[in-house]
Amino acid sequence: MTAGVGLADAEAAARLVALGMRPRQPPSRDAVYADLVSRYGEDDGFKDLVNHVAAGLGLVVLAVMPRSGAVLAATEDSVFEIKMDEYARRTALHNRQADKVLHGLTHLAIAALAFPRPDDLGNDAYIGRVSVNAVEVSVREACRLLEQRVAGADTADPLTNAPELERVWRVYLRRPSTAATKDGRVASDTTRGIAARALRFLADQGFLVALDAESGTYRTTPRYQVQVRELAAQRTFDELLALGVLPAASAEASLRVTATEELL
Amino acid sequence: MVSELRLNRGFGSDEAAARRLKALACTAPLHDLDVRKARLEWADAACYQMAEVALQVIDQVTLAMDFDRGADQEQVVRWVVPFVAAQNPDRGADEHERVGHWVVESLLNVGSVDRGFQVDYGSLSADGRYVRRRFDFKLLVELAAPDGRVYLRTTDEAINVLVGALDTDVESAQVAAEVKLENLIRRGRLGDARLAAEQARYRTVQYAEALRGKLDATQRDVRSVDWLTGVPELIEEALAHVESRYRAETAMLSNIADARDESTDPAQRKKAAELIAIVNECIRRHTQLQARLQEAGATFRAEQDRQQFAGGGRRAAIDVFGQLLRPCLELPVNASVAPVTTFFGAVSGVSAPSVPSLNGLVEMLMVPSVERDPFGAPVPEPELMPIEADSRGEAQWREVDDLLWLPDVVRRLSGLLAQARSLDTELPKLVMLRVMHAVGTSIASARDQGEESVCLAVDDGTTLDDVEFGGSDLLVTTAALREAPSYAAAAR
Repeated sequence: MTAGVGLADAEAAARLVALGMRPRQPPSRDAVYADLVSRYGEDDGFKDLVNHVAAGLGLVVLAVMPRSGAVLAATEDSVFEIKMDEYARRTALHNRQADKVLHGLTHLAIAALAFPRPDDLGNDAYIGRVSVNAVEVSVREACRLLEQRVAGADTADPLTNAPELERVWRVYLRRPSTAATKDGRVASDTTRGIAARALRFLADQGFLVALDAESGTYRTTPRYQVQVRELAAQRTFDELLALGVLPAASAEASLRVTATEELL
Repeated sequence: MVSELRLNRGFGSDEAAARRLKALACTAPLHDLDVRKARLEWADAACYQMAEVALQVIDQVTLAMDFDRGADQEQVVRWVVPFVAAQNPDRGADEHERVGHWVVESLLNVGSVDRGFQVDYGSLSADGRYVRRRFDFKLLVELAAPDGRVYLRTTDEAINVLVGALDTDVESAQVAAEVKLENLIRRGRLGDARLAAEQARYRTVQYAEALRGKLDATQRDVRSVDWLTGVPELIEEALAHVESRYRAETAMLSNIADARDESTDPAQRKKAAELIAIVNECIRRHTQLQARLQEAGATFRAEQDRQQFAGGGRRAAIDVFGQLLRPCLELPVNASVAPVTTFFGAVSGVSAPSVPSLNGLVEMLMVPSVERDPFGAPVPEPELMPIEADSRGEAQWREVDDLLWLPDVVRRLSGLLAQARSLDTELPKLVMLRVMHAVGTSIASARDQGEESVCLAVDDGTTLDDVEFGGSDLLVTTAALREAPSYAAAAR
């Protein structure tokens, strides 16, 4: 153990980690928490201690800031990790893979809509707004643009006997946006149902705050921004690089809508 | 074989063939309705023309599509019910409504996960292989209105099925439709004129749709829409369209009114009156479109003010939409699982594993376990009836075979029965059975099974006089089956 670290310090470090596990409790409402957060910023020894306590538990400290509190992420195979298989558990077996992709893609779309420009993700003061409708409509339009690009080509339609090689945008386009159910609720296997579920889940995790339950509009919290910026976007980017997909870098926002032009 | 196919130009990767096949496929759900109607349990629906009802549904939904929404299912069914009722007025109103709902749900393909249709078709790949591809399409789609209600819209495929040949340049088709209309009115063919006017209205709806899409996108993010050139061009074009349509239709209106007043044929007058109503509706729609067009600029400025632009970038960050989401959309399903799952894992945060409280734990442990019988619930003993053993043996079948072997002879059933009774008292029953089977026997199936002769029984009206059986005294004979020369040649 490093010299100078006492039992009280260890307890305080563990407490900061424990408070980080309560995502809906901001430091501004808890004097002890606020003290711990400022100590993390000022005391490098304490910072190291907190990081090590978290690492021992299978956690990574992404950021500790007065606005967001301690933002933690689970390492792979940690007990605190949330697995996609558990999240998408209720889906039917026969199209499991496609369902998993749709769930993951929806989370990606929520982040994209919450932070439409790269600047928004970098700007700590930015608060994004995202709704079921925005997610659904934007992704569908992006898919339609991709569809337009292949339209008319010989190989436009997917192969019958290789469903796993089908492009993701095609799976999304095929899935209905909404469907009327007998009891008037949103059918859960539609894209709107999937988006609504993802938004509710993120709100439960303290990443989003519901503004208007009726229209399903949420605003982002600083935690969410940190989580997307410091971890999720970066890891996914690396994953895509490994797959050989090299997204073109550009300072401009790429979220554009030119759909429905083909109607005319 | 492959080289043969490639040599033959007709089999090349023919785009037109695929296009035609897809167009054909779009009509399949309508044909399918008429095939499936016979299988409906809740009504004898064979007397309804379901494809016609479906076209009416598509028509009504298309006409209801305007800026904000389409029609909800109840409304569409309400509109269609009079048409359904006209087909079978003596059936109940409940049944008419149910037919309406059934057609709408079938067009949506309720019950499948994707709520759509698909058809497989083949094309030749570059190396001459035959590849099967899947074409997915939908006719009606359900969308959510801002108030959370679900409403229906028709897809492009459905509009193409309905109006046909929409796959052309709108403007030129528009002009063509106008010319056609004027011609038609001059020739007095108002029925066709009505169709042309309706087609003009669909195009107006399409302009409205395009503008609505742009305005929606503007509300989400001003920068996502090209307000520098794209939208002004669209607005310019749409305004020109409204202007020309307004002028044309006002002229048309007076033309038709003249046609109505001059015509002496009451049917013609009625058609002209209907046409006037449609043209009026078109004009109303153009006015609506024009109002929206005028507001579009203001909407843009208001949104620009609302969506304050942030200052310059502070640190290099990833463009989530362009660099993550879009590449993921382009990947095949199996390759995209890894990146999207990674994103989910990283963005979902942490969850504290749930541990029961001490109270809860004690309670859980104290609950007496439910005793389960390792053998499960008793299986109910089924009540079985003994099967009556077949009393007729091999010998009896052979005897009857001999009795019924009547090449070039015709015998009465009564005679056969008498002869059988003299051989064995059980035999007449079997003779009766075989002769009954020989009434209306199918020659085609006997031939397909490769039999050389077939037993025939014909009723000539004579009554059977027998102690055991009643009915007609049938004429029984054995006919030899010979293949007709032409059939044999074709088979070879």
